[in-house]
Amino acid sequence: MRERGQREVFCGLTGIIWLHRKIQDAFFLVVGSRTCAHLMQSAAGVMIFAEPRFATAIIDERDLAGLADANEELDRVVGQLLARRPDIKLLFLVGSCPSEVIKLDLSRAAQRLDRTHGGVRVLNYSGSGIETTFTQGEDACLAALVPEMPASRATTPELLVVGALAEVVEDQLRRLFDALGIGPVGFLPPRRAHLLPAVGPNTRMLLAQPFLADTARALENRGARHLPAPFPLGAEGTTGWLRAAAEAWDVPPATFRAVTAIGEQRARTAIARHRERLAGRRIFFFPDSQLEIPLARFLSRELDMRPVEIGTPYLHRAHLAAELPLLPEDALLSEGQDVDRQLDRCRAARPDLVVCGLGLANPLEAEGIPTKWSIELVFTPIQGYDQAGDLAELFARPLLRRAALAV
Amino acid sequence: MQLAVWTYEGPPHVGAMRVATGMTGLHYVLHAPQGDTYADLLFTMIERRQARPPVTYTTFQARDLGGDTAELFKTAVQDAYDRFQPQAMIVGASCTAELIQDDPGGLAKALRLPVPVVPLELPSYSKKENWGASETFYQLVRTLAGPQVPPPGTPRPARGPGVAPSCNILGPTGLGFRHRDDVREIAGLLARLGVEVRVVAPMGAAPADLARLGEADFNVVLYPEIAGQAAGWLARSFGQKATRTIPIGTNATRAFVEEVAALAGLDPAPLLAAEGSRAAWYARSVDSNYLTGKRVFVFGDATHAVAAARVAAAEMGFRVVGLGTYSREFARDVREAAKLYDVEPLVTEDYLAVEAAIQAAQPELILGTQMERHIAKRLGIPCAVISAPVHVQDYPARYSPQMGFEGANVLFDAWVHPLMMGLEEHLLGMFREDFEFHAEAAPSHLGGGSQPVAAAEAAVAEAPSGPIAWTADGEAELKKIPFFVRGKARRNTERFAEERGIRSITVETLYDAKAHFSR
Repeated sequence: MRERGQREVFCGLTGIIWLHRKIQDAFFLVVGSRTCAHLMQSAAGVMIFAEPRFATAIIDERDLAGLADANEELDRVVGQLLARRPDIKLLFLVGSCPSEVIKLDLSRAAQRLDRTHGGVRVLNYSGSGIETTFTQGEDACLAALVPEMPASRATTPELLVVGALAEVVEDQLRRLFDALGIGPVGFLPPRRAHLLPAVGPNTRMLLAQPFLADTARALENRGARHLPAPFPLGAEGTTGWLRAAAEAWDVPPATFRAVTAIGEQRARTAIARHRERLAGRRIFFFPDSQLEIPLARFLSRELDMRPVEIGTPYLHRAHLAAELPLLPEDALLSEGQDVDRQLDRCRAARPDLVVCGLGLANPLEAEGIPTKWSIELVFTPIQGYDQAGDLAELFARPLLRRAALAV
Repeated sequence: MQLAVWTYEGPPHVGAMRVATGMTGLHYVLHAPQGDTYADLLFTMIERRQARPPVTYTTFQARDLGGDTAELFKTAVQDAYDRFQPQAMIVGASCTAELIQDDPGGLAKALRLPVPVVPLELPSYSKKENWGASETFYQLVRTLAGPQVPPPGTPRPARGPGVAPSCNILGPTGLGFRHRDDVREIAGLLARLGVEVRVVAPMGAAPADLARLGEADFNVVLYPEIAGQAAGWLARSFGQKATRTIPIGTNATRAFVEEVAALAGLDPAPLLAAEGSRAAWYARSVDSNYLTGKRVFVFGDATHAVAAARVAAAEMGFRVVGLGTYSREFARDVREAAKLYDVEPLVTEDYLAVEAAIQAAQPELILGTQMERHIAKRLGIPCAVISAPVHVQDYPARYSPQMGFEGANVLFDAWVHPLMMGLEEHLLGMFREDFEFHAEAAPSHLGGGSQPVAAAEAAVAEAPSGPIAWTADGEAELKKIPFFVRGKARRNTERFAEERGIRSITVETLYDAKAHFSR
């Protein structure tokens, strides 16, 4: 089902909130309005920063009236910023709705500033609401990094894992690839700007996240080949994801089983503890991050939950090709949103658990409908075998809590 | 273009949302791009409201820009009316929609809805949140109370015999800093004085209530940034006088009681004799001696900043070394106040300018907003919050007004608390060798962000690990676990290993244990 109407989702600017933690010497300068600045601080401002690594260049009347040359103004602001933060090695100029509607050319501005500030690489991407939804901001950011990646001269296959992952997850996956004899392995994004992995015709990429359409396309344009796989959520998803690489590397099945069996068993043990609480429960997903389909697959196949509706902001059929056949047939798949109608469907269905954004979560709780706020799924390590139990727990916790509270 | 690390106010449409969300029976249709619904979170998460804000967004996307965004807007207005059946509506544009110029007011009018529809002109690139709230409230009051305005020159009818004097309370909104409890505190004070409160607005009022505003004898304006303009119009239209004293602090509360009593024709003496703040005695008690002359920097909206400076100087015995505001519309009040303390007034919305001024003034305490907490952390200075913008921790569950006598008590506790911690830190600085109070064990949550981490690491390192050894990679993996659960992970893993006779803990053991104990 496709729907259009009011969409209760974040814009791509919010990707900055985790990306600036991941790439530790990058700074994100949003070129936008006071609304953009307000969004960023409402989302991140509860953390008290000594030195935040994001800011907004707020467009004012003089810029709009043409009284000030917007490009000169931007140069001034960037100069001011870099003087304050000499430790910054990579600066992203992040486009917003206002900067796109007035057609401020940030890609040219980035090229210009890149020449004038030696030692600081200046790139740009769009995180505007009119172009991007929530996690698509990461897609746009990573796609902007792809041309920066060095060309690989490798004559044997190299693995590239794409999508921001928690550091502990990255380390676990690296160990698994080592044990399987798969390598060398690069990760995009890297932890530091200068550690960008190489890419070339022998690059095989595994997507760790389902929202990376543009990044994957840009990597393919540089010769990389996509390894179709389910996403590494849960025991089954992780094994399927690793198998895609193992097959590309011709890892003998016996080796593959030997390496993955322990982790898979461990994941199943950890998941099993939550099955009792979750099995048979009906779950409803509002669209948010594009993680909804792999999550619904995990919850239905490994925890016996029953998805009622699976909403997603966008559905990339090619990247989800390994996921879609695994979904239960009676689940309604909806792309896009008309939030009031979706709420009507949700209330009528009376699901046992609703996965939704923070704008809807407390109001639904107040109506007596248990919720799991979806943004946490982007901020928490959930991929791989050793996080499978944690992932299940994220869904069990709201139910556990409702059972525990006696007020 | 202005470089904004943090911004003190949101865009003006957020001000309009605060008015709409505070009220009942009013719906706001906002022409805005996808993503601007983030503002709902301010109300559902930061203020923890139990219902969605009464706001419908058009959430247009890039592909809509080529098409008919005006039609999109009209459909949204009609759908919102049909679904929510409000008593009145407001319509307007956010910053991006302002650029595409669809004229929300004209489009909504063409729909001929059977309720008042108030169009809002909120210039997003020159005005800000408080202005937006003020303008929205003013336009609503004018539209809804306008039909009741008597002909010019009509004198206010005298109050009948036996009728209690009455007032409205103006200014509280959704997402206001302590508005919820300020209203309760002041309404209680007014009731005990013998004044009847007719309408509290915008917060809690319906459009029909705004139509009745003219009936009260006078207005109590709690937040001039939001209600000053509307109160001015009510004074001109209905001859209602308005209070000018902001009852923050013991002295100001007393002055406020006297002002209200004069407007109502009542005697304030019995109430003033019966009530007062505990803070007044606390500040006189010898324990507060060390507060004398503490250098304090004050920044916030104009109303709270001026009030806080007054309380700091006269009721706490601090020395005000800096005073500033981001409320340009009320800059004059702050400039006047700054003269009292012989400091240079700071009127700016530039966070970096505030940081520079604080650094130059070297205060021992900062009274400011959520943004000053960032500065305080960077500079290692104690800090308390006195004004919006604030985050979730400043919408507390407990009763915590800033106004009235109880408000004065709250201020005393809130401002002294970080200083106590500051004193502890000084002692720590003097006796670094103390086995218990070493620097890493400092409990203060201010002025040393990394210290709790260090303390926890130290505690983990000191924990006896028994006969079971950790391999280097196991130990390294353990360090990747967040510090606040690391101790527990270590204990669980060791217990797990002990029970199974494992002598050497590897990464695998760690995760086996994790899976075992996971629940």
